[in-house]
Amino acid sequence: MTAVHLKIDGKEVEAQEGMTLLEAARSVGVDIPTLCHHEKLEPFGGCRLCIVELEMRGWVRRVVACVYPVEKNLVVRTRSETIDKIRKMILELQLAHAPDSPQLLALAEEYGADKDRFEKEASFCIHCGLCVRYCAEVKKKNAVGFVDRGIRKEISFIPAIAARECWNCKECFELCPTEALQAAYVLTKALTSPSLSTEPAPEK
Amino acid sequence: MPRINSYAELEAFRKQLQSQRDPNRICITLCSGSACHATGSGDVAKSIEAELKTQGLSGAVDFRRTGCHGFCEKGPIIVIHPEEICYFQIEPKDVPEIVSQTIKEKKVVERLLYTDPQTGEKIVHESEIPFYKYQERIVFGSNGSIDPKSIEDYLVIGGYSALAKALSSLKAEEVLVEIKKANLRGRGGGGFPAGRKWEGSRDAPENPKYVIVNADEGDPGAYMDRSLLEGNPHCVLEGLTLGAYAIGANEGYIYVRQEYPLAVENVHIAIRMSEELGLLGKNILGSGFDFTVKVHQGAGAFVCGESTALMTALEGRVGEPRPKYVRSNIKGLWGKPSVLNNVETWANVPLIINRGADWFTGIGTEKSKGTKIFSVVGKITNTGLVEVPMGMPLKDIIYKIGGGIPGGKKFKAVQTGGPSGGCIPESLLDLPVGFDELTQAGSMMGSGGMIVMDEDTCLVDVARYFIEFLTDESCGKCVPCREGLRQMLKILTRITTGEGQEGDLELLEDLAETAKEASLCALGTSAPNPFLSTVRYFRDEYVAHIRDKRCPALSCKKLIAFHIDPEKCSACGMCLRKCPVEAIDGGKKKIHIIDQQKCTQCGTCFEVCPERFAAVRKISGAPVPPPIPEEKRTITRKSKEI
Amino acid sequence: MDKERIDRIIDKYQAEPSYLIQVLLDIQAENHWLPKDALARVGERLKVPMTWIQHIATFYKAFSLVPKGRNKVHVCMGTACHVRGATRVLDTIQDLTGIKAGETDLDLKFSLQTVNCLGCCALGPVVEINGKTHGKMAPGKAADVLKNYE
Repeated sequence: MTAVHLKIDGKEVEAQEGMTLLEAARSVGVDIPTLCHHEKLEPFGGCRLCIVELEMRGWVRRVVACVYPVEKNLVVRTRSETIDKIRKMILELQLAHAPDSPQLLALAEEYGADKDRFEKEASFCIHCGLCVRYCAEVKKKNAVGFVDRGIRKEISFIPAIAARECWNCKECFELCPTEALQAAYVLTKALTSPSLSTEPAPEK
Repeated sequence: MPRINSYAELEAFRKQLQSQRDPNRICITLCSGSACHATGSGDVAKSIEAELKTQGLSGAVDFRRTGCHGFCEKGPIIVIHPEEICYFQIEPKDVPEIVSQTIKEKKVVERLLYTDPQTGEKIVHESEIPFYKYQERIVFGSNGSIDPKSIEDYLVIGGYSALAKALSSLKAEEVLVEIKKANLRGRGGGGFPAGRKWEGSRDAPENPKYVIVNADEGDPGAYMDRSLLEGNPHCVLEGLTLGAYAIGANEGYIYVRQEYPLAVENVHIAIRMSEELGLLGKNILGSGFDFTVKVHQGAGAFVCGESTALMTALEGRVGEPRPKYVRSNIKGLWGKPSVLNNVETWANVPLIINRGADWFTGIGTEKSKGTKIFSVVGKITNTGLVEVPMGMPLKDIIYKIGGGIPGGKKFKAVQTGGPSGGCIPESLLDLPVGFDELTQAGSMMGSGGMIVMDEDTCLVDVARYFIEFLTDESCGKCVPCREGLRQMLKILTRITTGEGQEGDLELLEDLAETAKEASLCALGTSAPNPFLSTVRYFRDEYVAHIRDKRCPALSCKKLIAFHIDPEKCSACGMCLRKCPVEAIDGGKKKIHIIDQQKCTQCGTCFEVCPERFAAVRKISGAPVPPPIPEEKRTITRKSKEI
Repeated sequence: MDKERIDRIIDKYQAEPSYLIQVLLDIQAENHWLPKDALARVGERLKVPMTWIQHIATFYKAFSLVPKGRNKVHVCMGTACHVRGATRVLDTIQDLTGIKAGETDLDLKFSLQTVNCLGCCALGPVVEINGKTHGKMAPGKAADVLKNYE
């Protein structure tokens, strides 16, 4: 594995070829915030929170660290006025969906994000994709997936598979930053299980 | 048809076909593109066939159903060769006269000719009509002379000679060098130099390599690729094969949106015929070069026009774009080097190989070479597809070719580049059309859609329209696009319904910046463009909506009211009868009044009020005058002045 | 939809998973909608997870997971038609049919959908019903056009 030399926040870093900027940064103790990242999963690049500034050959651009591969002589800045502004906006947009999420609130404090900047949205889900990807890549059960696209995108369980697998698993539940997943599961269960009425069964 | 096994055999076959065609023989060509089909060219075709048969002329006169001629405003179009007599807006009932007068007696049917709106002059020949005269139709021109379902027609006009030349006398690198020299830039939107893209794939070590035609054409209002693919599928196939040869690919894909069934059909026919003749498939023209093409249909997703999303769709998955950190010409379809180019880009390739890069670079500007096909639509007199050399000023396209704005209305802006582009105001109409010029003005060339807007178009609503389009079409994976556009749509909707607030513009600008900087793909990063360009050139319209609750274009439903001027109303009753919600009260000789509570602002009364009265007007930003008292509503006939 | 027809379509594409979208398009074209059993059969034979199929069937607008009405009304909302007043035409048609875009009425008479550019911009605003193009539409004309359809 060839070594790749680059600079992150002024620190000299020797990374391995094939590493992402996020991995390289973490290897020298530079913390970049993430939401949709998980060591067991392929990088997703959906939340865009790990956005960093790159400088190479005089050009400055912004890329997401969880996906961008290390290159030699890169100069990376993980904080800047623009970076912080973007992260603040991303958090505010997410908080419109999940204003009580502990993870989001912690990050909001650091970046000065206002959880009430936008009107509240109906769905808690922030589309980090952790549940869908975990079930597909780690458990390989594909019990939960995405539906639709754009602003109508949601997560949805496949009732037949969920009924078989989820009760004894639920490993994805603790990954969800907002508990939207648990809500989706409970809803699916309620819609597909026979009704649990509190009334006594009718007399025959 | 016999299989052709060499360059020499192809030329012999071509000469044989050409000798069988008498250039002086009368040929009726009828535009049968999808748009003309929608105006009834199918019925016209049947009439022509029937009439020729009845008159015993089926043996002496050729009839060819061709692809789109471009002048869509005036379709269905017939051109009679060899004289090039051009007739417009043909209906089946016109056919007997055409056959008896023009075909038999060589007389022109005046009423079917093009009439110049300025001079009233009737123009007989296609090439003299202003719409066509100012164009340079090097790519699109062939549409008018060939039946897209016939490979012979394409061969007769010289088709596949570029491929034969390349396979028999040029090395693959030489084809690549010629395209690089020509500086052919992508016609799909990005304007990336095709030669450089090809070179990247050619040099990439991995195999197999792929070439792909992007025929997704999602930009609303743009239909050039469709007309090209429907009308001349072979030129695209030939270009694709040349590209495959140049980079060393043996497999190609054509990704066509399923909303284009005629294009899908004609492409399949073209592939089948090429394979039969040995111009596609194994050992093409005996050169040893193999190349096969598969057709995939889109399934209704604008984002699949984005190159990485298209490749994901070709792999059978949802069209979610991938980050472009590793370019798709290195790692594309199935992770292999893939060259993806737009239909029009591929269509230019055979021309460049045949006539040379020097010829191509002689057309256009320094940085934008060749021609571009635009779809000029919206508030324009001559709606249609035009092909002009790069560098032509926008105003020439809109006025000289497009015929200006109909109805005596004033030009306001021209929107280019689809949902990724922007609006260009009147002050910039001298702008020469070119990739970089349009980008600097805050718009972009895009795939070639050119939507003309007049004084009645509300540009705040246009921005809202594009954002709404993108909230539906966004794949939804990344936050800046999905959530950013969600909020932008909410704010813009509030502004257009009279609920704009101070601070809205600043918030929109912040959201726009985040989407531009942090989105995953070009859909997201360019999504704010329509908003940013309208705010740049028409900020006062936004301010009027927000601060004064007024729509200067008198368009936004919730900000306008319709009012019948009692001074002008003559109680003709037209509006009363046509109002879909019966909101108008009136009677014979009784001035009509619109009930503002019932009115849905559909605008029908405004449309139907006779011009001589013009009694209906739109009010915005000011209160509607109260209805006149009952006694004043009776119209007394004015006595004649002596 | 019976299994044989579905299998025939799948065989046409050699049950290749990369042709998933093409398979579904053919089923949609033949059946006018994608029933659950068809999706299950496709998943079984192409060996792709149900979540993929579910996502594809909802991501792409060519597909319908519910039966469609007898008369498919498509209102073009492309930019050129928009600028010529397509929104007003859509509003009027929504009022007349009683359904919103994307819906089918309870009698299965009309299915209403917006489409982005039919490429007949010269005729804008355009409404396509059962494949027939109605050009130069206006709110006042909508009622007359719709009443021709049973």
